[in-house]
Parts: sequence; structure tokens; C-alpha cells
Amino acid sequence: MNEPPATPVIEMRDIQIGTMRDTSLTVLENVNWSVAAGEFWVVAGQQHSGKSDFLLLTGGLMPPAAGDYKFFGNETRIFDETRLTDRLRMGFIFENAQLFHYLTIAENIALPLQYHTNLPVDEGVQAIEDLLELTELKSVAHATPASLPRSWHKRAGLARALTLRPEILLLDNPLGGLDARHSQWWLRFLDQLWRGHPAFGGKPMTIIATTDDLRPWRSARRKFALLKGKQFVTLGSWNEVSATQEPLVKELLAVPLEEPVAAAIEKEERETNF
Amino acid sequence: MRGNLSKVFELTETQLFRRAPLPKSYTDYLGRKLFLFLLTVQGLGAFALITLGVILKKFSVAPNLMRPIVRQEITRAGAKMLPMFLFVAIALGFLVIGQTVSVAARFGATDYIGTVMVTVIVRELGPLLAAMLMLARIGTATVIELGTSRALGEVEALEAVGIDPIHYLVVPRVVGMTLGVFSLTVYLILAALGSGYLFAFLQNVPLTPGDYVKQIAESLSWLDFALLALKTVAFGFFIAIVTCYHGLAQPLRLEEISRVTVRAVAQGIMVCVAIDALFILLYLNA
Repeated sequence: MNEPPATPVIEMRDIQIGTMRDTSLTVLENVNWSVAAGEFWVVAGQQHSGKSDFLLLTGGLMPPAAGDYKFFGNETRIFDETRLTDRLRMGFIFENAQLFHYLTIAENIALPLQYHTNLPVDEGVQAIEDLLELTELKSVAHATPASLPRSWHKRAGLARALTLRPEILLLDNPLGGLDARHSQWWLRFLDQLWRGHPAFGGKPMTIIATTDDLRPWRSARRKFALLKGKQFVTLGSWNEVSATQEPLVKELLAVPLEEPVAAAIEKEERETNF
Repeated sequence: MRGNLSKVFELTETQLFRRAPLPKSYTDYLGRKLFLFLLTVQGLGAFALITLGVILKKFSVAPNLMRPIVRQEITRAGAKMLPMFLFVAIALGFLVIGQTVSVAARFGATDYIGTVMVTVIVRELGPLLAAMLMLARIGTATVIELGTSRALGEVEALEAVGIDPIHYLVVPRVVGMTLGVFSLTVYLILAALGSGYLFAFLQNVPLTPGDYVKQIAESLSWLDFALLALKTVAFGFFIAIVTCYHGLAQPLRLEEISRVTVRAVAQGIMVCVAIDALFILLYLNA
């Protein structure tokens, strides 16, 4: 007997996305997208193509301007008070980590745990110690964010998002501005999380990451999408990405473009005020 | 969470009006100013009500995390401000009594020194001065801190981990400033009354400490205590609301923080003066 198809964890139908500062602007239109549990999506786009706003909407931090958004099958606009349980099923890592500047790295990571489980400040230390160990942040645990390089901020942002053991991880351009060593660590660690990291009970995580450079994300198991000129385009697997003749994909793969194509892209960018 | 902040922002949308093109006539200009004023009042009112709701609803949420933060804010807006308040209180006592003695001695009316102290310091200058000092020292710091958090995206980060920014960032500051203004006003009044008598004593005014205290006690009524408590609590609460609202309720860029701080201080002063005027009416009609 055939099993009924599992409910998608995220489902978007004709979604229109504004920006955080001005919801009257539209950065993406007619987004139709479905994410099943355990998938690893990479959403690529140039700078200012709306990647962050797309992810903020997916994370329930911003309502859609129009369309239907379902999270685990439930109609959602924004995660308010009544949707706290749903909110905590999702971990969000911002592009600039957005750590609380007045707290140390360890305090930043511990904050969600202390708030949601009412742990006394000096308890729950073991869980935090484990996360610091896992993300190699132990040596900088008592430093404030201002005294650390940006690459460590991102790891602290990841550790903070993992504190409450989410099922879905949203990452806004996690490899942006990282050197090769840090990039490799991130790709390895995200892969472990996606497969089911032993530190999180071995349960596979659903991962959605945005990027402005497709090269490091090459993998047959990941799914790819593209943000192009206010449109969300599903590309499919890596084989389809590498086979496509779409100039923007070539650009995001850093393949040298032929002169007329490059001129066409430049013209398009000028017209869309990038 | 997100809903709380966006509710306030959707209600006001004052930025839309501030960004609109310059009006063509003075009447348009006045109309826009009036409209902005009404929108700000609406936004502040909504923010105050939401904050009160969060205080009541989330009183017992994460007490192990929140109570130390609230204590920290009370220390910051209370105990740490005490030396400055005592300095100002002594200066205020000297000033008021100095002026009163120089005038009253000419008419032989030194019997009214205690009454003057109650009228000027207990009813008017003490609470208002305490509120202004709180606005200058803690209010401005609050707008800058929250504005920075907002501009750096830390508010969204709080929401992303399911923490209500109003509960975590606003409630401790509201409690701290409300209790701070109330308790510091009491200390300020006591110190000013003490320094006032010291000045009178040094000026050889024929007034015994017993007579001075008696004059003050006779000039005070239960209404003074009740209205003083209410007024200082209102000052503290609304200073916190105005400064937190401007720091937090609207999306900000780092370069906008200085402008927002100036606006918050100006509105804070206006709110305090309005509250003071309201209490004068209450005194006069009581």
C-alpha cells in the first residue's frame, strides 16, 4: 500500500515578499516552493536580489505581502506569541550573526536556553560547553563579539541557533566573507547536521541556506534554487545546475561569460537598480 | 514577539510622513506637524499599553533570567544615580532657601520657610527635577542602547530565538526607571529639605529644627504623599516608554540614532511637563 505523501515542512504558494524596512516594496513575486523534511536547499542570488528578505519571511520574521505560507501544514503569516512552539522548531543564522553586543559569546549562546527553560544563569552549563566544544568556540567563550573576527561571530550565531535543537536550520549566506578554512568547516558541519549529528540525537535536519557563490555548495544531494529579477526559480540538483545555460547561474559559478552575455547582465542590473 | 513591535509600527508609520516631500504652504506644514504629533501620541499610547500587557502577562516567564536583569536596571536607574541626586538636592535646598530667606527676612516672614519648601520642592521642583535628571542620564542611554540593538539587527535575532524584545529589553528598563524616579525623588526631597535648613541655620535665621519640621508637617497633607507617589511613578514610567519607543519601535539605521535620541529627549520633556500640568490641576481641584 502506498503511504500518503508527507506534509511539506515549508510550502509557499504565490508568495510576494517585501522588505523588512519597507513592506510596500516588492523584492520577490509569485514564489511557489515546497520543502520536504530532511532536504538541503541552497538558494542562490546576487547581492540585493532579496535573499535575506526571502529567508526572513521563511523564518516567520516578516509577513508575506501576498500569498499563502504554510509551516508544517499550518497557515502562517508571522510567528507571534501563539506560534512559539513552531518558532522554536526553526533555527535562524543571520548573515552578520547579529550577536547581542553586550553579552559574551557564551552568554549569547546560553540566552535562548535560559529564557525558554528558565535555567538559572549558572546551570545548563554542560549543554553550552558542549556547543562551544562542537563549534570550536571554547577559547573565545568569554570574549565579547566586538573583540572577535566576523568568522567567529557566524559560528557563535550557529551555536545560538542550535541551542534549542531546531528541526529546520535557515542560514543567510553562511559562507559569505569566510576564508577557505572556515568555509570548509561550515560545509562539513552543515553536512553532518543534515545527515543527523550525534550531538543532536542523530536526527537529520532540514537545511536552507542562501548564497551569492554556488561553487562551494557543489553536491549531488543538495537542491538548488535561484533568485533572479524578482522571480524564484527552482533549478533542481547539482547536475541540472551545472548543465544549465542560465547566464546568472554561470556568473554565480564564476564561469567566464561571453562578452554579449556579460553586457546583457550588466544592462539588466542597471535597469533593476542593483 | 514580532507581533508586539509590528503592531506599534503599523499603528504609527510616522516615518512615512517624515519622508514625504516638503509641504507647499504653512497650513500644510502645521497640518503635517499636527498629524505627526497625533500619530506619535497614538504610537506611544499603544506601546505603553502593550508594555503593561507584557508586564502582567509575562511576570513569571523566565524569572531566573529576567529578575537579575530587572535588579541590574533598578541599580542602574536608582542606587548608582544617588550621589548625583544628592548633590543636586543639596544645591536645590540652598538655592530655594537662599532666595526665600533673602525675601522673607525683609518682611519678617521666616515662619513660612517650611511652607515654601513643601510647595516648591515637595510638590513641584523635586519630582520634576528628578524626572529631568533621569531622562538626561538614563533615558538618553536607553534610546542609544536600544537604537543600536535595533540598527544592528539584534531585535530580529531575539525574535528568531523566540524571545519577546519587549519583555527582554523594555520591561526591565520600565521597572528600573519607574522605581528609580520614585525612590530618588524621595531622597532628593529629604536631602533638599535638610540642606535648606542648613542654609537657614548658617544665615542665622531664627528657626529651630523643631519649628522647621513642624512647619513642613503642617503644610503636608495625605494628598501630597499620594499625588507625589503617583506623579513620580508616572514620570518614570513615561520616560521609559518614550525612550524605549524611540529606540525600539521603528526600524533604524545607525546614523539615525542621534536624531532619534534628540527627538526622544524632547518628547520626554514634553510628556513630563504634561503630566506635571495634569497633577497641578488635580491639586487645585482636590
